[in-house]
Amino acid sequence: MSAALLIDFGSTFTKLRAIDLADGNIIGSGQGPSTVETDVTEGLSTALADLEGHLGALPNFKHRLACSSAAGGLGMVTVGLVRELTAEAAKQAALGAGAKLTGAFSYGLTKGDIADIERLAPDIILLAGGTDGGNAEVILENAAKLAAAGLTCPVVIAGNREAAEEVAALLEAAGSPVIVTENVMPEFGVLNVEPARAAIRQVFIDRIVHAKGIDKAAALFDAVLMPTPAAVLEGARLLSAGHGDIAGLGPLVVVDVGGATTDVHSVADGAPTKEGVIAHGLPEPHLKRTVEGDLGMRINAAAIAEAAGLEQLAAGAGLAVARAEEILQMLSADIERLPDGEDEQRFDQTLAEAALKIAMTRHAGSLAIVQTVAGPVSVQTGKDLGQIKTLIGTGGVLAHGKNPAAALMATLADPLVPQSLKPQAPDIRLDKDYVLFAVGLLAEREPEAALTLGIRHMHSVT
Amino acid sequence: MSSINRESITLVTGVIGADTHIVGNRILSMGLEEAGFKVVTLGALTPAAEFVKAAIETAADGIMVSSLYGQGELDCRGFRDLCIEAGLDGILLYIGGSLVVGKQEWSEVEGRFLGMGFDRAFANATRVEDVVEALDKDFAARKKSG
Repeated sequence: MSAALLIDFGSTFTKLRAIDLADGNIIGSGQGPSTVETDVTEGLSTALADLEGHLGALPNFKHRLACSSAAGGLGMVTVGLVRELTAEAAKQAALGAGAKLTGAFSYGLTKGDIADIERLAPDIILLAGGTDGGNAEVILENAAKLAAAGLTCPVVIAGNREAAEEVAALLEAAGSPVIVTENVMPEFGVLNVEPARAAIRQVFIDRIVHAKGIDKAAALFDAVLMPTPAAVLEGARLLSAGHGDIAGLGPLVVVDVGGATTDVHSVADGAPTKEGVIAHGLPEPHLKRTVEGDLGMRINAAAIAEAAGLEQLAAGAGLAVARAEEILQMLSADIERLPDGEDEQRFDQTLAEAALKIAMTRHAGSLAIVQTVAGPVSVQTGKDLGQIKTLIGTGGVLAHGKNPAAALMATLADPLVPQSLKPQAPDIRLDKDYVLFAVGLLAEREPEAALTLGIRHMHSVT
Repeated sequence: MSSINRESITLVTGVIGADTHIVGNRILSMGLEEAGFKVVTLGALTPAAEFVKAAIETAADGIMVSSLYGQGELDCRGFRDLCIEAGLDGILLYIGGSLVVGKQEWSEVEGRFLGMGFDRAFANATRVEDVVEALDKDFAARKKSG
């Protein structure tokens, strides 16, 4: 049998999936603790022993591929010029590369900004600014300031190509490894985030995996290919596009509500689907990831309550406000807590629905009516996700939740709020066996097996 | 007019405000491009702040504002100040189109827009050639003085 081993070094667990490459089935799973703080090998060995226990004996794996969100994930800071233009493009590139974005800066960096960046201690900085042939001063100034600050983390340079060499020289002289790639916005209004994404991925493989100590277990795997969120995004891309004779699921959205954040990935053009609507603002990347840093089931439970309203949450869960508040405090204080008893389960469910609803509202585009002399005109900002075919829920909260279908339904379009362009009637599926990361890791080397695995294990819940 | 290199000049074009009349602006943009300028087109329904943001990112040398629906005076109020605020102190500003409603003396209208900080104002049905000629003249003069 030809098999592949897919590894996810998570922040709490090391998870394994063994896949039969002939038919795209899971032949076994294993789990161990995350031990990246001491020696990553321990957790992986425990997980392998667990897998071996299920299988009897470990097969000779053709591929052993890993992704990682351990040791804080891939912490990144982005710097661009205009907030809505190159700074936004840089942000999109970093998020699309699976980064945990800890800071996004625009215009000239101030002393305070530099101090913030030093404090954030990113794994990689993405430096952009200026279209090709456009503004060169600001990216040069920012490079000089970063160099003077003595920051030595790798810097990916994706700004005005006329300034790139000088920017690279400045940072290299200060001791930063630099990678020059194509501009994230080569022309005004043109997004070009793929080269920067690829460069970030390369730095992750070449340097970050070692810096985080994950390569200590290098004898047990072939390669750590990407951060876990990037693997999920790659999985989503393959599931949407299909491969060869196997049809994909079409334009789709993946949502993942976690303890600290809620992620939304869309694989769709998002062009206007309503007649007479004019698209406005930057073009949207086909592959888009947003991370809501204030929407998490535990660490940010209070922030969800603040955004959604505690009274509404209590009413949704059928609880008295005082009881809801009590549970909320318990969850925020104990981030490992699993819901205990009927009340807590209902509250957790309501919390997940609220987080997903808000996260989708922020990810999806919206319509605004502009009154002109010729009458009202609808202007669309962001992606129109109304017609997407598939909605997938992933992550532990949804996979182990009481009612994942209801939680996922909370992301759908509300007829009373037609200006919010959220999915209307997609097929709703659940990544119950947590394989989306494995699909993404296998996508390049074994696309057929990866796609079969993905389609088979995204269980329909409608 | 060969003293300036049009290829090294970037111009931002767009229709300001809640104005959907795109045709004249498109003809202008195509004409400017044909004449050799680098043109960044923002299209219809463009708020003043977006002209400025595009000009910063592209290090533009001039902004060409179109207004066809008679609200130009309102939309363009403070445009020069916005540019100065964003560090685009010396940027060339042109405006053209149907700038006011009803019959008004052009010299008065022009005076009003020049007073708002535009370097030139053009009446409706101005030919692209005339705009290009004015641009050449203005950029040549700047080169001499700057």
